[in-house]
Amino acid sequence: MTERVTATTKPYTIGRPPFRPGDDADFGGKFVEQPGDLTRPDPAKCSAQDTVAHASGLIRVLDDNGAAIGDWNPELDAETLIQGLEYMMRLRIFDDRMIKMQRTGKLSFYMRSFGEEAIAIAQTMALETQDWIFPSYRQPGAQFVRGRDMVSMICHCIGNTEDNVKGRQMPVHYTWKEGRFISISSPVGTQFSQSVGVAMASAYKGDDEVCISWLGDGTSAQGDYHYALNFASTFKPPVILNVVNNQWAISTHANLATGGRTFAERGLAYDIPSFRVDGNDFLALYSVTKWARQRAAAGMGATHIEVYTYRAGGHSSSDDPSVYRPSDEFKCWPGGDPILRLKEHLMKAKLWNETRHKALAKKIDEEVMTSYKAACEFGDLASGPYPPASTIFTEVYETIPWHVQEQREELGK
Amino acid sequence: MTQMNMIKALNSALEVQLEKNKNVVIFGEDVGFFGGVFRVTDGLQKKFGEHRVFDSPLAEGGIAAIAMGMSLNGLRPVAEIQFADYIFPAYDQIVNEIAKVRHRSGGEFSAPLTFRTPAGGGIKGGHHHSQSPEAQFTHTPGLKVVYCSNPYNAKGLLTAAIECNDPVIFFEPKRCYRGPFYGDPHNVPTWNDHPDSEVPEGHYIVPLEEARIVREGSDCTVIAWGTMVHMCEQAIKDSGIDCELIDLQTLVPWDRDTVVNSIKKTGRCVIVHEAPKTSGFGAEMSASIQERCFYHLEAPITRVTGWDTPFPHTTEWDYIPSPARIAEAIKKTQEE
Repeated sequence: MTERVTATTKPYTIGRPPFRPGDDADFGGKFVEQPGDLTRPDPAKCSAQDTVAHASGLIRVLDDNGAAIGDWNPELDAETLIQGLEYMMRLRIFDDRMIKMQRTGKLSFYMRSFGEEAIAIAQTMALETQDWIFPSYRQPGAQFVRGRDMVSMICHCIGNTEDNVKGRQMPVHYTWKEGRFISISSPVGTQFSQSVGVAMASAYKGDDEVCISWLGDGTSAQGDYHYALNFASTFKPPVILNVVNNQWAISTHANLATGGRTFAERGLAYDIPSFRVDGNDFLALYSVTKWARQRAAAGMGATHIEVYTYRAGGHSSSDDPSVYRPSDEFKCWPGGDPILRLKEHLMKAKLWNETRHKALAKKIDEEVMTSYKAACEFGDLASGPYPPASTIFTEVYETIPWHVQEQREELGK
Repeated sequence: MTQMNMIKALNSALEVQLEKNKNVVIFGEDVGFFGGVFRVTDGLQKKFGEHRVFDSPLAEGGIAAIAMGMSLNGLRPVAEIQFADYIFPAYDQIVNEIAKVRHRSGGEFSAPLTFRTPAGGGIKGGHHHSQSPEAQFTHTPGLKVVYCSNPYNAKGLLTAAIECNDPVIFFEPKRCYRGPFYGDPHNVPTWNDHPDSEVPEGHYIVPLEEARIVREGSDCTVIAWGTMVHMCEQAIKDSGIDCELIDLQTLVPWDRDTVVNSIKKTGRCVIVHEAPKTSGFGAEMSASIQERCFYHLEAPITRVTGWDTPFPHTTEWDYIPSPARIAEAIKKTQEE
């Protein structure tokens, strides 16, 4: 891949993204790194030093023609692969419908996972159901893997009477205890260091649990990222720490987020095995995460993963990326489209065809529409009903103290 | 004079400062090429270069510390914290370092810098895009705390803040960036034709430490800042009571004379803010007014505030002090 990192250096260095609006975006075609380049070390014995090449290279399984190649091929059966494809298609179709709802005023706000669907889905599929999910706002797909009801997700996004967080949070800030999916918080990166604490508690209790967390390339500048790595390095609890390098933090390119080389390499300084993985390659993501879980279960501690991908959509429904990057930049991303890549792999193996694909897309689309209508039965954004105003005052504390009770009575609702 | 909304007025203040003082630098998340998520720094990087107006890594603690370092060494940084809700990773640097360095160094060092940050609710921002954490900074000696409310005072106060030799936390009511807000989300005016949208293009200041009498009146003093100034205007109209409305503008140090003289005249006082009641800045105002005006008071000083709860998403209009709640409080002061 062509690195066109430019920067002005006087009086101090200011990084620049490879392309700005008006430029012809061109990442130089396909990845230089190939599947099979990197070995799969033994997760129960591997040291950080054994992953030096993995932290600067790129772990791939799917080659440019859709074949699965090399040590990291997880050898998944057809059922699992098709299930993975279905989850990713479900997330994209769900997102497309929700963003349309937002545009027509039916949701206050929305964030898509467009281009990044493989990440939370493949990684959650590689985990056990008792493992903890500490996501950022672009991993809602984990909930599909864990079987969350779509109506319940939409009710949250609307903030209606069936929203399990009672209209308290912005859309996409899901909470789902049954799925061991922590409440998403807007201040970025806070979940990352918490996840290390969750893993320490699992270790303390002797439970067979792993905690997985994600944050973005931009967020890796926050202290929380470094706290997480240092505590994970020190205490070696069963945690999987992912930096999703999707190139963009709102308008700020990763070249302005760090002067370092790869994000993965930072983990080596903390003596944590570190991998850089193609984030649009379902099989590579699955495989690396499975490795990390095996390592954690063997009592060897944390794994640090840079998930190398591209944020194909805007940061959120409030963002207009055409102001700061070429609108078609995502189309020339060397990693391509994660859904199309898995589809191609399945078709190449004669496990899938266009007819089934279209039929599945149609079925999901209908399911999303049916779910949306069902969710609106519990209230829509324009006309309600909404959660009662009394929900402002409840669950601030375990029981309502007198001063909050007094205010609740003052509101009189 | 040119008509500007609050975004343009703030942008104009920054532009004048960048022109006037080569040591002024502006940075923060998305403020450079993009011009900020609310577009307050739009066009400034292009005009003044990417070393004076730049995107920083996404780390408020880092932004605060780097701003302090720059200010210790002669620059005059104006850093943006993208939402006031995100200022807390910077809290240690602000409270323990920036606020105290002048004092702890025996006056040998100081940190003349400004943090601009959009605050307040009314945009369906939920817990983390709606808070008004001004009291968390008014409780920190060494900081000046400013809260603008309209395009004219936004530019004049920001100019004064940047030129001030003390560190300033400058809150911008994001609900009012494009227009005043009178409590009806279905009827939101722009700044067009509002008298306070007439803004001089060049340099001027609205002095820190001076409150603004928005409306003179004789029966009750209403004190507010940010978006609440406009909500109070509506409430006063609705109440039919002849109130004196004070836009505090600078919270620390606040304008003692304007406030005390008003209350000595009206004998009644309602303080309104969006932030929660407990330990809110209204508590400080109320206590100080009581100490200074006790024998002039005809009724208890009343606070109308956000509730002592997190700021909600769907039900935000039940959280933000509404003109109805404010009007009721004003009327109640007349019953005593």
